[in-house]
Amino acid sequence: MSEAVIEAHGLTKRYGDAKAVDGVNFTITRGEIFGLLGPNGAGKTTTILMMLGLCDVSAGTVRVLGYDPMREPFSVKRRVGYLPDSVGFYDNLSARVNLRYTARLIGIPLEERDARIADALAHVGLADVADHRVGTFSRGMRQRLGLAEILMKRAEIAILDEPTSGLDPQATAELLDMIRSLKHDGVTVLISSHLLDRVQSVCDRVALFQAGQIALIGTVGELGREVLGGGYAVDIEAQGNGLKAKLAAVPGVRSVEEVGAGRLRLVAESDVRAESAAAVVNAGGRLLRISVEEPSLEVIYNRYFQGKSAHGGLRDAA
Amino acid sequence: MRREGSPWRGLSVVFVKELSDHLTSARMLVLGALVVLTAGAAVYAAIQQIKDVSAEDPFLFLRLFTVSREPLPSFVSFLAFLVPLMAIGLGFDAINGEHNRRTLSRILSQPIYRDALLFGKFLAGLSTLAISMIALWLLVIGIGLWAIGVPPQAEEMSRSFIFLLVTIAYGGVWLALAILFSIVFRSAATAALVTLGLWLFLTVIWPALAPGIAQLVLPADDPAVPLIGAQVLARFSPSTLFGETVLALLNPSTRTLGPIYLSQMQGAVMGAPLPLTESVMIAWPQIVGLVAGTIVLFVIGYVIFQRQEVRA
Ligand SMILES: Nc1ncnc2c1ncn2[C@@H]1O[C@H](COP(=O)(O)OP(=O)(O)OP(=O)(O)O)[C@@H](O)[C@H]1O
Ligand SMILES: [Mg+2]
Repeated sequence: MSEAVIEAHGLTKRYGDAKAVDGVNFTITRGEIFGLLGPNGAGKTTTILMMLGLCDVSAGTVRVLGYDPMREPFSVKRRVGYLPDSVGFYDNLSARVNLRYTARLIGIPLEERDARIADALAHVGLADVADHRVGTFSRGMRQRLGLAEILMKRAEIAILDEPTSGLDPQATAELLDMIRSLKHDGVTVLISSHLLDRVQSVCDRVALFQAGQIALIGTVGELGREVLGGGYAVDIEAQGNGLKAKLAAVPGVRSVEEVGAGRLRLVAESDVRAESAAAVVNAGGRLLRISVEEPSLEVIYNRYFQGKSAHGGLRDAA
Repeated sequence: MRREGSPWRGLSVVFVKELSDHLTSARMLVLGALVVLTAGAAVYAAIQQIKDVSAEDPFLFLRLFTVSREPLPSFVSFLAFLVPLMAIGLGFDAINGEHNRRTLSRILSQPIYRDALLFGKFLAGLSTLAISMIALWLLVIGIGLWAIGVPPQAEEMSRSFIFLLVTIAYGGVWLALAILFSIVFRSAATAALVTLGLWLFLTVIWPALAPGIAQLVLPADDPAVPLIGAQVLARFSPSTLFGETVLALLNPSTRTLGPIYLSQMQGAVMGAPLPLTESVMIAWPQIVGLVAGTIVLFVIGYVIFQRQEVRA
């Protein structure tokens, strides 16, 4: 499962003297959900547009499924589904007719067309409103319609630019569920976002963008270790004597802190719940509750960029 | 750099969608009704005038198009006015509309080139225009048959048919101009206003301005020089080109569209009609000018569109 589907080497986009994307390297492997995260103006959309051949590459290379998006745009665009940020449809046409237009542009054979459209609409929960004008759709419905377009296309790669921006928590959760189900169907997903905590839950790996460059790349756990120095916080509620010393001896645990009566917090390099539980039981204690808090991207991000901005490294969107 | 695949992939899909959008849009309904009403009124007035005046005219049918009766202008004058309006109405939001609806990047992420999108939109606009003009033309012929009671001669049919084609080409210029501005200006309202402004300038102000400019910049030793200069300048306006073509086609006795020299008059019987081919030859530069103008404007738009950012 490590076939690379998107590879960027030294990918650069210049607007005049300014570099919107500056020598970016990354590899996305088949079947993963990859997050492209960063503040406004960091260069996420520009990177995506270069992957789709919708914007010229100033320097470096990008390969999507082995194709060069500038020279072989059709090979790329047939296999990649794109949901632009604040996606739009023809408001005077129904959802079904909108998808039919795209289906004909893609070249889906006539005999498959309507079935694939109906399937895709049902999958995103728009079957009931398939024949309503898109003008009457809410923002969340439009995003789902955009996702339906990608499903209908049977894309190998789905590129979603800010798919959750402007959605309420419930719509966000629904959309993230649909994105997980894309992965389940074997689709490689690339999500760009500046809403870290929401996207964190679905991403296998993330790249943190900053001023056109990738500041950090890896799994959330890896980034946590790199930036925070210790990834996992394990909370334990237990009764017993001398637990603190016993827990401190568990391999991987860096520190143990008593945060309340019978409540301990461990900071560890990995998820040490099982080992900690065993340690408590072996010490003759009563384990009441144990939970792990994964490092939050938000925390990692803020910590990382606070360090950077002290040197004037943070750039805002123009 | 060679690009993969055909630039026209998806052209017919875009064309069909845009055409059906045009034909069902409220905008076209209003414009169509406007054209039918005004043109109908003009033709009706022309019929009254023809009945009042003469019966001995060999080109009675063509008079339907050109004769006017106070207070209405003739059918061709109406068309010269309404065709640009219609063409601008069809084109002013072609590309900026896609930007503003945020559909452009989604559509261009499908396997088609921008070429197909732009050309499909242009062809759909032109076809809409052509459909309306053909319908109108048939309507006029029908009314003529019914009112005059004599079937048109073959030559009259040919002349009016070429006139129909020229009218569509005339619409094409304005359509290409409107689409060009829809690419240049992000706001559809700005694009519409600029196109309409340029149309008013080229149609009303420029022909009036041309003689003055010619007189200012050209030496006046020979009185013919500023005259010719003014005409050359005026011909930068599509409206002038259209007017001259119509004159040559629908008035068979038109011998020349420039200033007349005495040598051209020698041996000519005043008022005697020219054969069709000679009339077409007289207007040929004008016809070519209209078509070439359309192509040039379209190509400029195409080049700008190719380099444009897709994001809104
Ligand atoms: N056409 C352009 N001309 C000049 N600069 C541009 C152009 N388009 C984008 N930029 C610049 O490129 C940088 C990256 O923009 P981009 O849209 O890729 O950011 P982003 O990460 O997607 O931000 P957001 O979260 O706001 O969508 C920005 O600083 C922007 O000002
Ligand atoms: Mg963006």
